[in-house]
Amino acid sequence: MTDLFSKFDPLIQQREGLLATGVTDPFGLVMEKVLSPTVAMCNGRETILLGTYNYMGMTFDPDVIAAGKQALDDFGSGTTGSRVLNGTYAGHKAVEEALKEFYGMDHAMVFSTGYQANLGIISTMAGKGDYIVLDIDSHASIWDGCKMGDAEVVPFKHNDLDAMERRLRRIPEGAGKLVVLEGVYSMLGDIAPLKEMIAVAKAHGAMVLVDEAHSMGFIGPNGRGVAEDQGCLDDVDFVIGTFSKSVGTVGGFCVSNHPKFEILRLVCRPYVFTASLPPSVVATAATSIRKLMHGANKRAHLWENSRTLHKGLTDLGFELGTKEPQSAIISVIMPDLERGAAMWEALLMEGLYVNLARPPATPAGMTLLRCSLCAEHSAEQVQTIIGMFSRAGKAAGILPA
Amino acid sequence: MDRAATADRIADLIAPFNKKGIAITEASTFAGDLEFDSLTVMDFVAAIEDEFDIIISMNQQAEIENYGQLIDAVVKLKG
Repeated sequence: MTDLFSKFDPLIQQREGLLATGVTDPFGLVMEKVLSPTVAMCNGRETILLGTYNYMGMTFDPDVIAAGKQALDDFGSGTTGSRVLNGTYAGHKAVEEALKEFYGMDHAMVFSTGYQANLGIISTMAGKGDYIVLDIDSHASIWDGCKMGDAEVVPFKHNDLDAMERRLRRIPEGAGKLVVLEGVYSMLGDIAPLKEMIAVAKAHGAMVLVDEAHSMGFIGPNGRGVAEDQGCLDDVDFVIGTFSKSVGTVGGFCVSNHPKFEILRLVCRPYVFTASLPPSVVATAATSIRKLMHGANKRAHLWENSRTLHKGLTDLGFELGTKEPQSAIISVIMPDLERGAAMWEALLMEGLYVNLARPPATPAGMTLLRCSLCAEHSAEQVQTIIGMFSRAGKAAGILPA
Repeated sequence: MDRAATADRIADLIAPFNKKGIAITEASTFAGDLEFDSLTVMDFVAAIEDEFDIIISMNQQAEIENYGQLIDAVVKLKG
């Protein structure tokens, strides 16, 4: 018998090798208690959270929590059904209304996770014989959607407008074309030149999908994302987003102005063949989304935090994913997995949690310490964080002692 | 363009990606013999696509394991 697990042997060995050095398992952290959007207890130690994507700090908002509790009382703990059967409650329609208002768009469709939103929309829109042109650094959910739909998949070099244009130009006449881009790329925290790229996509007759998971709530005049910020949201056919970042719960969505959009509810398998979100989740999401429409002050503070941390880490001598802060993600580039894990552990000992990111999630085989800021991080916390990086960087040998 | 001429042009294109100077035959595999990682594959495919003005989609790439198959695929795509 061939052991079907044997394909994982190299990864098992790498993992055992890493843990044999005595380092804490970076992928086995448990939050014992969560005190606020920015602080939790980990290994009995009070820990500042700097790797949560909880950008707007909505997880402990009193109105959001009250809405969730009320929905639990009024509608129960779960729907036990698909959106197209018994799983659409008033709350599901209400959160779709909130999304339509938030984005100023005609249609909104809520999925059970952000992963399923990309999986569902991409696989349903681009099928056999169609072409998907996408950035090579796209999220796993985008790649999986491409594969599931059976379209011809044509990647181009990250954020390379000319490479994208050349591929679009070569697609056979008459074939359906979907260009897939992200507003913020979550590994390095860099943004896409959406205005230029979308103009080129449209000139070649392609429909455009933009994943704005990491921009919702704080990029753009109304927090609608990078496309809004660059003035090209009207040219986007599908915006994909998530409730598990700025919104502060779980779920995914697609908003669109396409007149035929509603048919997707019947043909999109990751929407149809799964249970809908629990009533408490859609209630917290709707409340949070409506509050995010008026979050200008929190947005401004989040950007201050991002700029302060970026400058602080640059001044300390760390190599970062972007020269300037472009989003609420600041990525610190590590020389290799071993030293990255050592630095991650040194930060944890200081009382700071960041994401350790490694291939295949990262581009170019990089090991990253990915920091995501929160509007609820105080200016003092950000200074504390910079001090922690300084000490941990020296302890782990990333910075000169 | 015939197969031999196509093969000559691909030989020029692959040289900068063959960092270890491995002797390439038609049976050489990209992942195994040439040790191409996913990024190298992307850059190499882009170079081929730009040179011949073709698209080799990822679906097609999945069928191409060795150097000879690549030449055949390019010849076919050029028509």
